[in-house]
Amino acid sequence: MDFNNFLLMGQEIGLIAVFLILFAYDIIASDKLKRWFYPVACFLFAVQTAWGFFPLPAGEAFGGLYVASGLTVLMKNILNIATLLVFLQSYTWLNSEGTRHKAGEFFTIALVTLLGMYLMVSAGNFMMLYIGMETASLPLACLAAFNKYKEKSAEAGVKYILISAFSSGILLFGLSFIYGAIGSLYFSDITLSVVSEPLTILGFVFFFGGLGFKLSLVPFHLWTADVYEGAPTSVTAYLSVVSKGAAAFALLFALYKAFGQIEVVWEPVLWWLSVITITLGNLFAIRQTDIKRFFAFSSISQAGYILLGVIAGNAQGMTATVYYVLVYVFSNLAAFGVISAVENASGGKTSIAAFNGLYKTNPLLSFVMMLAVFSLGGIPPFAGFFSKFFIFMAAASEGHYLLVFIALLNTVISLYYYLLIIKAMFIKEGEPDATGRFSSDVYNKTSLALCTLGIFVVGILACIYENIGNISFGI
Amino acid sequence: MGYSLFIIVAPFVLFLVLGLLGMKMKPSVAGIIGTLGMALCTVLAYTVAFQYFSQAGKIGETWTEVIPFNFEWLRFTENLHIDLGILLDPISVMMLVVITTVSLMVHIYSLGYMKGETGFQRYYALLSLFSFSMLGLVVATNIFQMYIFWELVGVSSYSLIGFYYTKPSAVSASKKAFIVTRFADLGFLIGILILSYYTKTFDFGLLTAHHAQLVTTSFAGGTFLGLSIATWALALIFMGGAGKSAMFPLHIWLPDAMEGPTPVSALIHAATMVVAGVFLVARLFPVYFFAAPEVLEMIAYIGAFTALFAAIIAITQTDIKRVLAFSTISQIAYMMVALGVSEYGGHDGLGYMASMFHLFTHAFFKALLFLGAGSVIHAVHSNEMDKMGNLWKYMPITHITFAIACLAIAGIPPFSGFFSKDEILAAAFHHHPVVFWTLWVVAGLTAFYMFRLFYRIFWNGEKKYDEHHKPHESPLTMAVPLIILAVFSVFSGLIPFADFISSDFAPFHTHINWLVAGLSVGVAVVGIGVATVLYGKSSDKPAELARQMGGFYKAALHKFYLDEVWMWFTQTVIFRYICEPIKWFDRHIIDGSMNGLAWITHKTSGSVKGLQSGQVQFYAWVFIFGSLLIAALVLFL
Repeated sequence: MDFNNFLLMGQEIGLIAVFLILFAYDIIASDKLKRWFYPVACFLFAVQTAWGFFPLPAGEAFGGLYVASGLTVLMKNILNIATLLVFLQSYTWLNSEGTRHKAGEFFTIALVTLLGMYLMVSAGNFMMLYIGMETASLPLACLAAFNKYKEKSAEAGVKYILISAFSSGILLFGLSFIYGAIGSLYFSDITLSVVSEPLTILGFVFFFGGLGFKLSLVPFHLWTADVYEGAPTSVTAYLSVVSKGAAAFALLFALYKAFGQIEVVWEPVLWWLSVITITLGNLFAIRQTDIKRFFAFSSISQAGYILLGVIAGNAQGMTATVYYVLVYVFSNLAAFGVISAVENASGGKTSIAAFNGLYKTNPLLSFVMMLAVFSLGGIPPFAGFFSKFFIFMAAASEGHYLLVFIALLNTVISLYYYLLIIKAMFIKEGEPDATGRFSSDVYNKTSLALCTLGIFVVGILACIYENIGNISFGI
Repeated sequence: MGYSLFIIVAPFVLFLVLGLLGMKMKPSVAGIIGTLGMALCTVLAYTVAFQYFSQAGKIGETWTEVIPFNFEWLRFTENLHIDLGILLDPISVMMLVVITTVSLMVHIYSLGYMKGETGFQRYYALLSLFSFSMLGLVVATNIFQMYIFWELVGVSSYSLIGFYYTKPSAVSASKKAFIVTRFADLGFLIGILILSYYTKTFDFGLLTAHHAQLVTTSFAGGTFLGLSIATWALALIFMGGAGKSAMFPLHIWLPDAMEGPTPVSALIHAATMVVAGVFLVARLFPVYFFAAPEVLEMIAYIGAFTALFAAIIAITQTDIKRVLAFSTISQIAYMMVALGVSEYGGHDGLGYMASMFHLFTHAFFKALLFLGAGSVIHAVHSNEMDKMGNLWKYMPITHITFAIACLAIAGIPPFSGFFSKDEILAAAFHHHPVVFWTLWVVAGLTAFYMFRLFYRIFWNGEKKYDEHHKPHESPLTMAVPLIILAVFSVFSGLIPFADFISSDFAPFHTHINWLVAGLSVGVAVVGIGVATVLYGKSSDKPAELARQMGGFYKAALHKFYLDEVWMWFTQTVIFRYICEPIKWFDRHIIDGSMNGLAWITHKTSGSVKGLQSGQVQFYAWVFIFGSLLIAALVLFL
């Protein structure tokens, strides 16, 4: 065996090392030492995140099963940043009565899922992609059920694992068709001989359904609201950003690298699904009274926007998609950081009504939330405006004007429901039993500060978009 | 010279610090922080100027552009990109010196003048924001950066005019200033877009290089309504400049802007912001000269008319700040004329040099006049001349410095205004006799109304003041800037400007045209003489004269009813025929479609909510059925 192959897997090796250290720490350390577990875990993961920004070698390993390029490194960096932010937001929750003894589990399980996502992003073969997906999905069910004595959390775990298993089955079903039609699962082989025929179409659609589950595209989305609502807030944040981002990246590679020749097949599929996903996500979001369910539907419609970049099928679309996910990471996690803070301070309230009058008691938090929803809604000059702009540009560059128009109409609707949150915070009076002034922990504050910075800076600094563009070029 | 970036960044940091943390500071601390920061900027600006003019800016005998910092922000194509950078050339370095000097003086002066005002910290924060914007404007490497800072300047001017936001007149004045200049900036923006559409660049260096070859070639042939596209673009860009620099008929905001604190008037509405339009034309001068000489011609005529028009109004005003405001309009028009009559290269570019020269000297003596007026207002608590008189007894420093500034603006040698004004008149003399004689008359009028102002404030009769509220000399913080600026006003004319600033960056030699100098000094002396006769002592003669002038006097007193004309124009033409249809369209079509969208959304949202049943078996069913449906659609459609 050629051990040089492993040199390409620098980020994976780093992640596994972090995982092993934390795992051992969690098992061996005394209770006294364990008090340092959280900061150590965050620190180690921050190192792992920073490590990805050093130049890493590019190439293919294991005969093309595993691919490392500038773009995969960048994508993993985005996932790392998002995961780090989620970790930072989980401090108070992990230190609460029911979870303190198993904080280590949270980190180790999350790191395993992240490893799966790395493999999804770096896959050069559908089997690798599948293994990555499974590694990413199954432990996530544990995380969703992390507050297992809470009924909703347990329900979320069960629903997640059932639908996840189901979607894996469908995905494998699709892959078997593709293997049957082409005789290989390597992207490079498939792209050479794939043609638009019923067998490959069926294979593609089922494969797409499996990924659509992770991205929570309509009609594979129904689990989203229940799981997002039930799962602990930090896990919801992780699901909505990291898991979704990884799926979007994997979809990009699969479509561009393996199915690039049958764009005629997937273009209409993506077209319709993005329209339905954006619209339905919006329609449901309007009626929500629970903020986590609300963000579940908001994240569904955001996934629809991501498809707009994917559908362009060129380097511009690739750039816009990656950029969109990056911005989405900051915007959505800013929102979830605030939700976590409010939830922790109010003893577990996650209704939108819990945000009533937040401006009076916690102006800074409500300000961050405002930035987050403005960015999600695409209001200039925040980053979300630029990411929407670029993704619309990408779709329009391939002539999908009607699609862009529908998406634009939908941004109007999304503004309405995003503004409902603003209204709750700034205009509505707080409820009599509302929590007064509170202060969240320093970790969460750090994450919110980073998110705020991201919302401002990623949009204004055009060089970030240009850098992504330079890396994406030639895919 | 990378540290020049700090000149721009420091005021911005000050703005953030004072704006965000100011309320937590003691007012005096905020003021001192702001002033010290500005002092640092001033020192840096002088260092940059020294370094630039002594070595860094020189190649052989000619000056060159230095770009010590450039950040590419948005890239569209190879040449079309928006940068944020610093461009040092003779005029921008000169502007750095002017802006930082006057700004520092105003910072110091305000420590005394604004003492005890509510919002003292906000005042200093806004001054910093203004300084940042104005400095960013003059060092802009490209026209888009200039536009960004241009608007920032407008915003900070708006918030400073409306500083006393509880006073309705201040609020309406700030709105007026903002709306009028924004209206003009619309032209500027369209001009920028046309220019960059054809030339494919925003960069000043590329636009002006090789006798503006890029512009002359890329616009070749296009015409619109009988004028070439280049003419349109440059005329529209000039429109933005005319708005900021208060050229007729867009000058109406400047007199009202005097509602702001007086030091602000000195900084923004006399010395720096209002000359932005002149600076803009100067920056693009080669483009104007080679691509659209007819626009320059127009600038000359508009300028000459504005100069005369404003001077006549200035004679009749009784609010001392308004007199100065109209005088400012008139003097800026002088600079515009100088650019308008200028040609390119060597001694032919005398007008260009003269314009910048006058900008330089005017900044000092006009700031001095405003600060002096502020000192007077501080003492008598009124802007009206009727409440003043005989103040020389009480305010010796203000009296002397004000007199120096009046002599400077009147163009009496050896004060600075004489030299710069003389160059402008000399430039006009060679090119446009009509323009020259207009300016000549204006020079006389200027001397007359300035000394009318001077006599009525400081001399003129035995004004009795209340024993308890006797006017008094201003505190040291206010007196020192007056003295410093007076020194500048006396000596800044002695700088051999042509050695530093010229249209083609090559130094040339100027010599005094004795005929022109004699004419201009003569008319100024006559103006001062007439003022002495009429206003030296209190008498009935001025009122008698005004009565004899009848209608003309009344029209001038009411600023030729131009405010009313604009009001009529906006209320009947714009509101009724443009805004009303737009309003209808907005109310019915836009709102209607939005309401319709909301209604549809609400209805469909209600009808699909059953989909989310919470039952996982149903979810799985939708999952598989959905996949099959998609497959069927792809296969059979």
